[in-house]
Amino acid sequence: MSGVNRIPGGLLVDAARPVRFTFEGRAYDGLAGDTIASALAANDVRVLSRSFKYHRPRGIHSMAAWDANALVQLPGEPNVPAERTPIVPGLAVRGQNYRGSLAHDRDAWLGRFARFMPVGFYYRAFFKPHGAWQRFWEPRVRALAGLGAVALDAPHGHFDKVHNFCDVAVIGGGRAGLSAALAAAGAGDQVLLVDHNPVLGGALNYGRAAVERAATHAERDRLVGAVGGVRRITVMTGAVANGYFADHWLAIIQGSRLHRVRAGRVVLATGAIEQPAVFRGNDIPGVMLGSAAQRLIRLYGVRPGRTAVVVAGTDDGYGVALDLLDAGATVSAIVELRPEPSRDPRAVAAAGRNIRIVNDASIIAAEAVDGHLAAIAIRRQGDNTRHGEAIVCDLAAVSVGRLPAYQLALQAGGRLDYDDARAHFSIAGLPPGVTLAGWTAGEDIGANHPWPIYPHPDGKAFVDFDEDLQIDDIENAVAEGYREIELVKRFSTVGMGPSQGRHSALTAARLVAKETGRRVGDVGVTTARPPVVGEKLGVLAGRGFDPERKTAMHHRHLEAGAQMMTAGAWWRPAYYGVLAHRADAIAREVRAVRTAVGMIDVSTLGGLEIRGPDAAEFMNRMYTFTYTKQAVNRLRYVLMVNESGAIIDDGVACRFGDDHFYVTTTTTGSDRVYQTMLWWNAKWRLDVDIANATAAFAGVNIAGPRARDVLAPLVEGCGVDAGAFPYLGAFEARIAGIPARFLRVGFVGELGFEVHVPASQGEALWDALMDTGRGAGLVPFGVEAQRVLRLEKGHIIVGQDTDAMTTPEEADMLWAIAAKKPFFIGKRALVIRDKHLSRRKLVGFAVAGAPPLQESNLVLKGGNAVGFVTSVAWSPTLNRTIGLAYAAREDAAPDRSLVIRLDDGRDVRATVVKLPFYDPDAARQAL
Amino acid sequence: MKLLRCPLNGPRNISEFVCWGEVADQPDPATADDLAWTDYLYFSNNTAGVVFEWWCHTPTSYWFIAERHTVSDDVIRTYTMDEFRAIRRDGR
Repeated sequence: MSGVNRIPGGLLVDAARPVRFTFEGRAYDGLAGDTIASALAANDVRVLSRSFKYHRPRGIHSMAAWDANALVQLPGEPNVPAERTPIVPGLAVRGQNYRGSLAHDRDAWLGRFARFMPVGFYYRAFFKPHGAWQRFWEPRVRALAGLGAVALDAPHGHFDKVHNFCDVAVIGGGRAGLSAALAAAGAGDQVLLVDHNPVLGGALNYGRAAVERAATHAERDRLVGAVGGVRRITVMTGAVANGYFADHWLAIIQGSRLHRVRAGRVVLATGAIEQPAVFRGNDIPGVMLGSAAQRLIRLYGVRPGRTAVVVAGTDDGYGVALDLLDAGATVSAIVELRPEPSRDPRAVAAAGRNIRIVNDASIIAAEAVDGHLAAIAIRRQGDNTRHGEAIVCDLAAVSVGRLPAYQLALQAGGRLDYDDARAHFSIAGLPPGVTLAGWTAGEDIGANHPWPIYPHPDGKAFVDFDEDLQIDDIENAVAEGYREIELVKRFSTVGMGPSQGRHSALTAARLVAKETGRRVGDVGVTTARPPVVGEKLGVLAGRGFDPERKTAMHHRHLEAGAQMMTAGAWWRPAYYGVLAHRADAIAREVRAVRTAVGMIDVSTLGGLEIRGPDAAEFMNRMYTFTYTKQAVNRLRYVLMVNESGAIIDDGVACRFGDDHFYVTTTTTGSDRVYQTMLWWNAKWRLDVDIANATAAFAGVNIAGPRARDVLAPLVEGCGVDAGAFPYLGAFEARIAGIPARFLRVGFVGELGFEVHVPASQGEALWDALMDTGRGAGLVPFGVEAQRVLRLEKGHIIVGQDTDAMTTPEEADMLWAIAAKKPFFIGKRALVIRDKHLSRRKLVGFAVAGAPPLQESNLVLKGGNAVGFVTSVAWSPTLNRTIGLAYAAREDAAPDRSLVIRLDDGRDVRATVVKLPFYDPDAARQAL
Repeated sequence: MKLLRCPLNGPRNISEFVCWGEVADQPDPATADDLAWTDYLYFSNNTAGVVFEWWCHTPTSYWFIAERHTVSDDVIRTYTMDEFRAIRRDGR
């Protein structure tokens, strides 16, 4: 037996497959297809959780997972919607937000203090004395508030993303959505039909629009069957369209997968959400929406109560009463809230089945015994007694009206109007390509009850179940001066909970309209933003698409035991060796370059080809140096500044012909430099072709006094001795049979050759050099050793030793500026900045010993920060700690003393040293 | 996600583009005084209305001009550089 309330006929459950699970430590039997809530309802468990503020017992309210009433705790996951989450064997479910037990919450006393906790309570009560909130109140309030508990040991989830396209996206698989999908497919469109529920059909599955269900079921079967037979329609069930973004871009979540769908058109057939009536005790377990009772009966085969009262403000209530009778419940009364008796055929049928109908009645209160519904007190027209008439019941099914599911429509730019005659919100003002269908469009939907709100002198008539807000709270918010709905929301928190106004927005708008003497349509609802329902962070984080770039020699680095690091999207070897001996490995590589020869992979440097008659003029404008007179087969340093005169990139330019420059950029700068060049030439229209050849080349730098010993046996077509190939020479020749470009550079301050070859030959180049270089003592070196080597030479790294303000003057690089050129980008700004020199300079410094200096440590002067460390390293060559830092301009002379604040708060003294630290005559690179 | 019609690649997701701001005429660096040049560098019109903007389709590094209403975020038209020069010559 799967529960005392189980009846046959549940559409989603399989009576032959029982499923045992636990709730609050007790075992229950449900059926395959049950949700946690339906299985518990079948077993007569009414209380599923405790409310947010007053810890009131709460149970099933919508059976659609629209609210916080039925959020439960699973072992690895808090705030799980019990009304939508299927049971599986062994599932261990607990209630939320209680101390002690769910049935006897020790914090339930809070409910009795409700009148001392008026709206805005938190903003005012804990304000004084100063500091009391943080020290005293916050820890206590935090212990009481919130819902589920985050499981820090939750199992790892796998989330991913899909991109998809369709001509028409239909959101909602009820009658209107099914019809819209068929119509669009019939017109030849590719259709994506999305429904939140496990099966298509929407309200056709559980609603009772007519006396007999047969016609409704026949219509459902016809429509669902037709959709299943059309190949142009793709159906996604159990999928929520959680956001509409510009140009019909939808975020659809199905399980652990986020579908980003670009649609040509969007049809919103999202239906309408049944609304609660507001009366004292309307949150007691056993009081639920009429549609919730129908969902339990028709979808899950669960009788929602033994003795029912139906509260009818619309004709749909009579359909609910018929369903309850068919489910074997006793219907004690239908309480008709409207003044006139209903003429609906369902009302006639209900009367014919001898249900008592109380016309023109109002509700006084629902009463609970042991945490669930025991009776409902009503007042008949003309009854002047204080307590009215009490009707014993364990279920009150409420049908007073609907609110179109407007969330996606409003996200798309629609606005709400209020139809006063039908007491309905309607949606207008949608952008082209977004249309509404069915209930969302106000079609086939009866008038709402205009005012199903019944205040009680003792309160507890809830407007917002998530936030435990009562009628008084909304009225008081207006009395405090918050007349606009957005302000009422912020002050009272109405609509901020998991239901996001689905059950409270209409009532809140009506109450604010009444209190401010306006139309409901003029009050409106608060801005609807994604997501429509709560979504997991895993869906947003999930698997990313972060591109990585590996050089042609990547595997050789790994084989040589390199520790890899990222530089932009690139992987580069940091050093060769194990982490435990990092410092030794770097020092060994530095010494090899200084005393013998080393090789570093420089494939990641950007490579741009500038070709055309205006190539030299283009270079002259882009960079600070002068290039018109640069000889063929020579290279020059390039320094790029932006229009504000700040350094943004550097490299070298090789001239391989009158109309051909090959320019290198920093590793992370190549795309930006390329984009910048194209932008400027879109304005200048010089006759040049600019190509980003970065990925086409692999390259190495062979540096050290024995560099020639490595290269000489392999190079064909040009000499490598000083006469044939001087410092700053650039030649195209061959190496080990591979066509190559040779650049004689001095970045690390030794005799050095960069060799650039087609990327496909990079590994062959590496192997050939390692092979012939062995005798000369060739070792590979990584980025860390290169940083030390260049620091010893006082060469800057753009982006590390420069920031968004650094000028060539601050970095002592005026030698790279051709001031006589009529124009280069940034020149005009540099002229202005020369008149207003900054208060800092980039200087070299040395410190005694090896204090724990870090990049970004502050340089202090008179207690104020005047600069910061940009580079610092132990120099194996000089046997001391050296670095670069911004210091006060007046301290930029050799032997001046700097104060640098360490991370631990201590200060160390550093001495300014004239750059470079190593080989000041630059003799070694010119060997 | 918004779509933008690139003159070279057709409609593409806005995440594939970068915007470098409103088209601004550079004063003559030889004659502009310091104040005029500083204005050129640092003052943006921030027009509430229709503006011409620099856009680049980053996967193809293709620069073009978009005519966009900054309040409604409607892109009225996009132009290749040749088309843009032509309308500029026409005095628009």
